[in-house]
Amino acid sequence: MSVLARIASPDVRDWGERLALPFAWLVTIVVFGFLRPDTFLTSDNFFINILGTQAVQVALALALVIPLVAGEYDISVAANLTLASMIVALLNVDHGVNIFLAILVALAAGAVIGIINGGLIVGLGINSFITTLGTSSIIAGVVLWISESRTVGGISSGLVDNVIIGKLFGIPYSFWYVLALSVAMFYVLEYTPLGRRLLFCGRGQSVARLSGLSVGRLRWGAMVASGVIAAAAGVLYAGTTGSADPASGLNFLLPAFSAAFLGATALQPGRFNPFGTIVAVYFLATGITGLQQLGVDTYVQQLFYGGALVLAVALSQLARKRQALDFNPTD
Amino acid sequence: MPPALSLEGVSKRFGGVHALADVDFEVAAGEVHGLLGENGSGKSTLIKILAGFHEPDEGSLQINGRPVSLPVPVSRFREYGLSFVHQDLALLPTLTVVENLRTGLIAGGNGVRFISWRAETRRAREIFARYGVSIDPRATVGDLRPVDRALLAIVRAIEEVRAEHDGLGILVLDEPTVFLPRAEVEHLFELVREIAASGSSVLLVSHDLEEIREVTDRVTVLRDGRVVGTSTTATTSEAQLVEMIIGRELLDFSVDKGDANAGDAARVEGLSGPGVDDVSLAVGVGEVVGLTGLAGSGFEAVPYLVFGAWPAGRGTLTIGDQTLNIAGMLPRRALREGIVLIPGDRQRDGAVLPLSVADNVTLPRLPQFWSGLRLQRGSMRRETDRLMDEYDVRPAGATNEYGSLSGGNQQKALLAKWLNAEPRLLLFHEPTQGVDVGARQQIFGTIRDSAANGASVLCASSDHEQLAAICDRVLVFGRGRIAGELTGADVTKDRITERCYRAATPAEAA
Repeated sequence: MSVLARIASPDVRDWGERLALPFAWLVTIVVFGFLRPDTFLTSDNFFINILGTQAVQVALALALVIPLVAGEYDISVAANLTLASMIVALLNVDHGVNIFLAILVALAAGAVIGIINGGLIVGLGINSFITTLGTSSIIAGVVLWISESRTVGGISSGLVDNVIIGKLFGIPYSFWYVLALSVAMFYVLEYTPLGRRLLFCGRGQSVARLSGLSVGRLRWGAMVASGVIAAAAGVLYAGTTGSADPASGLNFLLPAFSAAFLGATALQPGRFNPFGTIVAVYFLATGITGLQQLGVDTYVQQLFYGGALVLAVALSQLARKRQALDFNPTD
Repeated sequence: MPPALSLEGVSKRFGGVHALADVDFEVAAGEVHGLLGENGSGKSTLIKILAGFHEPDEGSLQINGRPVSLPVPVSRFREYGLSFVHQDLALLPTLTVVENLRTGLIAGGNGVRFISWRAETRRAREIFARYGVSIDPRATVGDLRPVDRALLAIVRAIEEVRAEHDGLGILVLDEPTVFLPRAEVEHLFELVREIAASGSSVLLVSHDLEEIREVTDRVTVLRDGRVVGTSTTATTSEAQLVEMIIGRELLDFSVDKGDANAGDAARVEGLSGPGVDDVSLAVGVGEVVGLTGLAGSGFEAVPYLVFGAWPAGRGTLTIGDQTLNIAGMLPRRALREGIVLIPGDRQRDGAVLPLSVADNVTLPRLPQFWSGLRLQRGSMRRETDRLMDEYDVRPAGATNEYGSLSGGNQQKALLAKWLNAEPRLLLFHEPTQGVDVGARQQIFGTIRDSAANGASVLCASSDHEQLAAICDRVLVFGRGRIAGELTGADVTKDRITERCYRAATPAEAA
């Protein structure tokens, strides 16, 4: 069965629910394109500003999807993103380290954070929400410390060129990176035993354990994967802005969660899934950008953001006859 | 003096079944009254009617001679002097003893007012002293010994009504002792007698004949929703009680020990863990061995401990020519040795309801469907369809949500999930719980077929009819140990039930 068929099947009756969010995105594009024909659909705005720049947000939301599938929260992804971008900037700019090496160190740092998070969650049995809330604050502190609270600019153009300047079909590379990442995640989650096991681990930990799965290792691995992907999001962020600062990355956290939850209402309703998450990020970003261009006040953007999330999840829940989406079945 | 509690002509039907039929029954003032009966005898329905949970179809209730309308609303229990202690005790384990003791005070009245915990602690000490109970009011309930928790729940229940009824009340104890070690139950009996001696009445629901004989003044036995009789405990023998409970006299209580056929396909030795203490047993090739007992006897822990689903303290499992330490057992390891567990709680332990039947059934065997590049979803579906056909799961359809199947079909799908791997040792817990009659027969057939194909089966169940239908041998547990064994022609429903009651008696537990 093709990937598309897999998305669209097996139950024709809930096609509507599956495709509601992509459809809403399309409507948003059409409406703003109609209202602001001269600015909204230009390649600078739509391809670079929305598809390109928001790739960082997509990557961070994708980082969340894996632990969420396995039944764990990872609050530390945004701090992790900030640390990775700062590592790249400090090594590359202040210490003149080769950009590839700097990226590798940043990804390794993300992996180490994942290992620590997983160790606390699985080894000591601490709730993942609390664990990562704590490590998140510790990482943010470390970032302030190593950066001396500075913004570090002037990152190698090699990175910037390969993230936001360079384009394929007019769309910055960063978009293609996160698209490739989501394809890879979809493949692992849907077409490998590992993905099935993560799913069972998140949806029924007792069932998974009694079916012989190593539940502890799966949860731990999910935290490591999320750490590495969050660090990769940090590398994209450094490449998108050409600099790193110790604070702005933290703003990606709540939109990433919103996108992951909103994405769970689309394409494979009731499951955290990478394509739904991408659509959710871009739907929200398209709406916000369009509203900005209409010149509405900032508060309207906030209303749109929150309203879209709550409305979509509520509609999705109504569609499944008030049965709550199985967002966090950890027990 | 009117009886403390008097029920007349109480009937309750569920669908077409009479759970209670014209039940009359009295608890005198100041007496400890026992209520006995098998599972399904109507005992719990009767308690639930008293507790305001069910509304009876017919019948009336009088408390201290005053008519009271049924069902009794929970808000009026205190007014009538009724209080209940259920098996779960309804204590909050993270709070202190005094906070638990005074939940009535905390819950009632105005929400914002000063509570002097110093005064409450002093009062709690006085109350405990009055009942001869030694519990530290400042201790956290979760840290108390199980028996102290039960004592606390009982003291709380009786104190709450006494405050308003000049020291009188009706206390209903619904199997409060099933999880307690025998030695500690004595404290509880003393408290119960203390309460009765001070003029209150106690209705004690229990499975335990010895307990009933030791502590009650009179006893009422229910069977098939009817009152078999009420008699004075002191003049009723244990044999008479058993006869009242199961409805006919058992001519011979002796049981053949040992079994020529007890092979060593699998042998458990010295198994100790939550609920069981030093249990040893063996299952032969092709043999189905039942594990049973009354609630709290520990029989149901054995499959979970052997499989490594619950952590065991001690014990070894010899299977084939290997000896494994059960204390370090993991489900993964057990599965590698060809051991499978079909758990009693399907929804929690058996399968993930919102996922498809194919997803659930293929979970333990995913590597078989891995092509090196991707999972072969087509063959996963076809294989599931084949299994569903073989195990007669209806409606067929591998992509159906598992949770959309009926209980019986869910269980058949679970059998398909596990039996296809041709396990050496099969562990069941309540294999036909929540399963319709037709599926029940099919599941019996499947279990017997597995045995016929050379598997060894351990089946923990409190369904004695089921055990009689499928087991070659039945081990009866009492207080965490094997207290008896039934073989051959003795494996009948009545025999098993009778043994269960006797297993709770220490003299029999030798």
